[in-house]
Amino acid sequence: VIHPIPSGTRDVLPDEMRELRAITEAIRGVFESSGYGEIATPALEYETVLTRGDPRAADPAYKLFDEHGNVLVLRSDMTIPIARVVATRYASSEPPLRFCYFAHAYRSVRPQRGQAREMLQAGLELVGAPGPDGTAEALSELCAGLDAAGLENYRIGLGDASLYRRMLDRLAVPDGARPQILHELVTRDFVGLAREVEAHKHEELVRVPQLRGGVEVLEGVPEAAELLAVHELLEPETAGRVIFDLGLIRDLDYYTGAVFEVYDAALGAPLGGGGRYDDLLGRFGRDLPACGWAMNVERLHIARVGEGR
Amino acid sequence: VSIEGLRLAVPRGALLGDTLDLLDRLGVDTSEVRSNDRKLLFEDAGLVTMRPSDVPTYVEAGAADIGITGKDVLSEQAERHVYELLDLGFGPCRMVFATVQGDNPAAEALRRLGVMRVATKYPKIAARYFERTGRQAEIVEVKGSVELAPLTGLVEGIVDLTATGTTLRENGLVIREEIAASTARLIANPVAHKLKAAAIDRLVERIRAA
Repeated sequence: VIHPIPSGTRDVLPDEMRELRAITEAIRGVFESSGYGEIATPALEYETVLTRGDPRAADPAYKLFDEHGNVLVLRSDMTIPIARVVATRYASSEPPLRFCYFAHAYRSVRPQRGQAREMLQAGLELVGAPGPDGTAEALSELCAGLDAAGLENYRIGLGDASLYRRMLDRLAVPDGARPQILHELVTRDFVGLAREVEAHKHEELVRVPQLRGGVEVLEGVPEAAELLAVHELLEPETAGRVIFDLGLIRDLDYYTGAVFEVYDAALGAPLGGGGRYDDLLGRFGRDLPACGWAMNVERLHIARVGEGR
Repeated sequence: VSIEGLRLAVPRGALLGDTLDLLDRLGVDTSEVRSNDRKLLFEDAGLVTMRPSDVPTYVEAGAADIGITGKDVLSEQAERHVYELLDLGFGPCRMVFATVQGDNPAAEALRRLGVMRVATKYPKIAARYFERTGRQAEIVEVKGSVELAPLTGLVEGIVDLTATGTTLRENGLVIREEIAASTARLIANPVAHKLKAAAIDRLVERIRAA
């Protein structure tokens, strides 16, 4: 008899579980030795709490009503729940605060795309450590975690979520033209981007977001000063993993500064990512700069198998 | 020898000839592709051939690093995570809204019935277009010759791609509205776009110069 489960969800049987567990245990060891305390939060949150963090955070998720008619949402990531925990349970603790988690997150899927509705994330949040030092620490932990997970060929794309907006400010691009320009950038359409910025006569607007490579790509881009400062703080082994990407876009609105994604040639999509969200904690009443990342554990596993290990 | 060590998804069909001509100018040996239309994978040249509408699927998954396909395909599959790098200029065509000639039956249906029926192979483009222009349309997805649908009374209008308009004319259809223009585009997988950044940038420069 076949009893179906929802598309985008899956059962994990012992052979796979053992391998997933080996990955998460190795990463947990890294977190522990660096002083990141593991926390768990409920899978269900009030919708009003999640949308306080990011208006879109509750949008793709699953909603239900509790017995009092409150709207509950399955969390779509762990960053907003941890921001809530910091503001409510650590309201007067001396920063920086270091947390890590291994938890499932829930996203809606497009039909027939084989996407996961439920995914296991391993991640950390570094609260109260401003950039560039906090960013460098998070990146160094990221490399340590990926090394421990057994990956050898991964690279980290490093960009800045505010870079392009600041460049539009510097070049005094009119407000009315910006939504369409940003739309082309977010949808990764450089043909459309070239068309939209043509009238503004600044070749930077189409050249800079296509820059990817070593630290030399930051030269001559005034908005990249923060990324340069991060680079100077990175240990050589971490710096060697970084590909600067001045067009890097993450799909959540709460990022304010450096953002990053992890790539492995064994997989056509990023293994995970993160960045700085210096405004998020303030929305919950404790105004602290913060930075964090989350890796998709199943994708780490696919990459590890793809690398032949 | 492949182009810059990249694997390229090549569209069969209307875009194939111009694509192979472009590859010739880049110094890729395409004679095997030209002489063998059953073989699909040309490992030495780094080429894989497929239907244009499959190109975004292979490129998004990383089974090909880069690919060439029409803007029409990319608009229909707008949710694909691929980079659109270059307008290659060839394969020009237009996405149009057409009906039988004479009185416009779609306008009549809209006025009297409040909704028109539209057949297309591009349901997302069609739905977006009528939503944007404030008209209610019932989209009927067909896989084969769309021109047949309005002639048999299945629908009042069609949304389809046309290069010269000949097929439409021969079936007694006229273009009522132009929705978008399309040409061939070079697309890239988001991970290859970072990990093979130098190779992809070199290729883009070579195509610009070719």
